[in-house]
Amino acid sequence: MANDYDIRDNVPLIRLENIGMVYRIGDIAYEVLKGINLTIENGEFVSIMGASGSGKSTLMNILGCLDKPTSGSYFLEGKDVAGLTSDELAEIRNKKIGFVFQGFNLIQRLSIIENVMLPLYYSGLHSKNSEEMAMEALKLVDLSEKGNKFPNQISGGEQQRVAIARAVVNNAPIIMADEPTGNLDSVRGADVMNFFGKINAERGATIILVTHDRHIAGYGRRLVTVKDGMIISSDVINI
Amino acid sequence: MNNNKENKVKFAFLLDLESAYKTLLRNKIRSFLTILGIIIGVGSVIATVSIGQGASRAIQNSINSMGSNLLIILPGSSSLGGIHSGFGVLPTLTLSDVYAIRKLPAVKTDSGMLGMAQQVIWRGNNWSTLINGANSSFTVIRAWSVVKGTFFTPQQVASAANVAVIGNTAATELFGLINPIGRIILIHNVPFTVIGLLSVKGFNAFGQDQDDTVVIPITTMLEKIAGTTWVHAIAVSAKSNKDTVTAESEITALLRQRHHIPLHKPDDFFVRNLTELAATANSSANTFTILLASIAAVSLLVGGIGIMNIMLVSVTERTKEIGIRMAIGAKKSDILKQFLIESSVLSLFGGILGIGLGFGISSAISAFSPLKTIVTTEPIIISLVFSLCVGIFFGFYPAYKASRMNPVEALRYE
Repeated sequence: MANDYDIRDNVPLIRLENIGMVYRIGDIAYEVLKGINLTIENGEFVSIMGASGSGKSTLMNILGCLDKPTSGSYFLEGKDVAGLTSDELAEIRNKKIGFVFQGFNLIQRLSIIENVMLPLYYSGLHSKNSEEMAMEALKLVDLSEKGNKFPNQISGGEQQRVAIARAVVNNAPIIMADEPTGNLDSVRGADVMNFFGKINAERGATIILVTHDRHIAGYGRRLVTVKDGMIISSDVINI
Repeated sequence: MNNNKENKVKFAFLLDLESAYKTLLRNKIRSFLTILGIIIGVGSVIATVSIGQGASRAIQNSINSMGSNLLIILPGSSSLGGIHSGFGVLPTLTLSDVYAIRKLPAVKTDSGMLGMAQQVIWRGNNWSTLINGANSSFTVIRAWSVVKGTFFTPQQVASAANVAVIGNTAATELFGLINPIGRIILIHNVPFTVIGLLSVKGFNAFGQDQDDTVVIPITTMLEKIAGTTWVHAIAVSAKSNKDTVTAESEITALLRQRHHIPLHKPDDFFVRNLTELAATANSSANTFTILLASIAAVSLLVGGIGIMNIMLVSVTERTKEIGIRMAIGAKKSDILKQFLIESSVLSLFGGILGIGLGFGISSAISAFSPLKTIVTTEPIIISLVFSLCVGIFFGFYPAYKASRMNPVEALRYE
């Protein structure tokens, strides 16, 4: 399987070619994405910004292999993933992509460490050292002491940091964050955003951040603006 | 390497079980109500089967109480002038038939029998009871012992002595609490000395009180009471259970020869095999058990539908969780497996509690009623396996529904 994702220097991590997405509700078709072209290189920190209804969430779902585009090609590490089956996409999500959502999306029933271990369980890597791997990921977000607590026993900021630990535990090359600070106050939000910066800098993970907040988008190094299903600008952010 | 992978699979399965167990414990009351149907279903299957087995054993015991490996030979029916009368009407069996049968290889012992109801008198008391004429082998054939005094000997039979052995019911009616041994009673105005008291045998399979009887030598019966040479019946004890069939054919051949019956004519007697009768009674008890158990099994099915119902609710409630699991890499089969294990654990747990309930019901029945129930391993294993199958079968549709969810929509669910 590893050979399928042959990384060469000249192949970008992500290349979207003319991606279109049409939803049909009854007889009416909604064209949510119109010919998106986007290239993201390994190690980038990209912010995708747009108002609600701009299609940025749909773009994020496609980038995250949660959804399949209705037209166009998506090359992930040089391999076209647009036509893969749902189980093949699940495997890509498991090995290549870590998700951080606005609502934290931890499983309430499982302890913090169990939540972090879950991706390892689905990758079939589950073994004794998966607990060590989870602890390491928790250490990265300064939560190694809270492993045995449950999501409802820690604060929102801490929950989001657990979600970050869960996203990085499999050493996924891509971290996708969908409005990660949307449910947090500005102090906690800044705290969470700093962890994304740290993961990007220290682990070399590619971060794709989706937000409507210009300030949060500023944590990235490139800003991609989406409007009415199209990319209208892609600029390097000058700090 | 391979071994290591196997260990991981095993480990993962244990984790799945643990996770299912935890999930179900979180909703204790709901989980319990869900499996109530299975508990009642399994419980009633086990209870009814144990009742059936107990009844079957009781029938067996009561038939065995009539005697061991017993064959009864009755005189034949007549068909004179087109009128067919029942068995036992024609006098065709004699004491010499009895002595001839005794010599057959498959026959252990036998006894000519002549029974008739007679008034028995002792002092001021009288009681109408069944007077049985029998040979000294009576106690062996009927598996019946004497608790006080003795039974009559072959010599007393040969000399047609006036001795009687009395059954418990007849003794109570005539003597009350007085010891009957040595008393002189009058049967058909002939005096008899009571020499023995039979043990209590109870009712037979046909509801007759077997203890309401007085047994006297068959010779005395024929000469002094009945005034005839024909016997009503010959009771034969075969050497073993298996020998009853052989004995039956030997007796038939012998009696046809002794009675000079030509080949084309029917028998003038009838051999009844009580072992076969026992088998018939047993099989009807089994049919009854199967009928009851199938009715009980219907409640297992209803319980399964209850499980499906709750699992569907549970899948809907946990849509978000399914979305999260899919986002971090759960395949369709992972989700399917998770919910299938949950419903299987649920129903298996119901099955185990149901076994407890079944045991409870059947021991309560044993304690508070004359029927002694018997719990065997088969219904326990069958109902456990069945409840597991119910869990998998009725859990499949909800689990399948969960596994088919679209991760984007599932994540959006609140």
